[in-house]
Amino acid sequence: MIKFILSLFIIISYNLNAQTAQVIGVPQLEKLLSKKEEKLQVYNFWATWCGPCIKELPYFEAASTSMSADIQVNLITVDFVEDLEKVNKFIARKKLKSNVFLIDNVDYNSWIDKVDNRWSGAIPATLVINPSTGERRFVESELKEGELEKLINELL
Amino acid sequence: MKTNLLSIFALALFFAGAPNTSTYQIGDSIADFSLKNVDGKEVTLSNYADKGAIIVFDCNTCPYSKAYRDRIIDLNSKFASKGYPVIAINSNDPQKSPGDSFDEMVSYAAKHDYKHAYLYDADQSIAKAFGATNTPHVFIVKKNAGKMVLNYIGAIDNNTKDAAAADKKYVEDAVEALLKGNKPETTKTKAIGCTIKWTS
Repeated sequence: MIKFILSLFIIISYNLNAQTAQVIGVPQLEKLLSKKEEKLQVYNFWATWCGPCIKELPYFEAASTSMSADIQVNLITVDFVEDLEKVNKFIARKKLKSNVFLIDNVDYNSWIDKVDNRWSGAIPATLVINPSTGERRFVESELKEGELEKLINELL
Repeated sequence: MKTNLLSIFALALFFAGAPNTSTYQIGDSIADFSLKNVDGKEVTLSNYADKGAIIVFDCNTCPYSKAYRDRIIDLNSKFASKGYPVIAINSNDPQKSPGDSFDEMVSYAAKHDYKHAYLYDADQSIAKAFGATNTPHVFIVKKNAGKMVLNYIGAIDNNTKDAAAADKKYVEDAVEALLKGNKPETTKTKAIGCTIKWTS
């Protein structure tokens, strides 16, 4: 019984404190990429096993907080859907506040160009879109301190 | 679980960005190169390739390379005897990714019984010349009047997780077409992969 209550408590606190990744397919990805919002949309493609992705994540979290009036950050992981639990644990551990999506489609050639035709498929990759002007910036490498702000400011 | 955590830890390495220069395109002739193989001997593309070669930018550490490891081994056993051996090349900077040093390559190749060449691109010049960005990233060349002509760039197939579920086998189809004297139907594909860990 104690064990049951304890695990219930763990489950509840886990759900209260942490958001989880939303699993999406290609149609939802396309919708996400063509959102008609006033805020600048920032998309970051990453994975829990990708070192440089994890290194640059704090910049996205910081920008998401400090520029919350102007930008919306969408973290899209390419982790396999079988690793969803691992992704959710990662989100909880890092206390990620940005929206996290997991793209569940390993036929990569069918959707990489829909993100950006300059993208070779290497991660991390970052796309910034100004939905009102249609202007976009795409970077296929790890962002260093200040580089994300620069990309954002170019489109604001 | 322990192994799992360990491998995650091993993979949480420092990767760097890819250069965005324009490089070899389909139909271009590839400049010949020589690199050190895991057996200590130099491999020269023009000597090693019979009718052509399946060049794979690969490494020890990337989860996608691991997912495709058996398929890369199978490609070599299927096509080496037909004149298209696999030449795997590791271009990762071992400073950024210690699991991809030459010594690690030697033990990894032995552990997984590599029959194909596994070359070390120490100064990353070959990856740069090809415009390889991630691992595994395949370039198929065909010998034509002494020149090595690029005929395919991209992924191995369209299902990273499960070879049996892949219904488009890009590399196999391309090599089969070349063996028949045809052009591959698909010459360029893209796939998610680990960024090559460039020396900064």
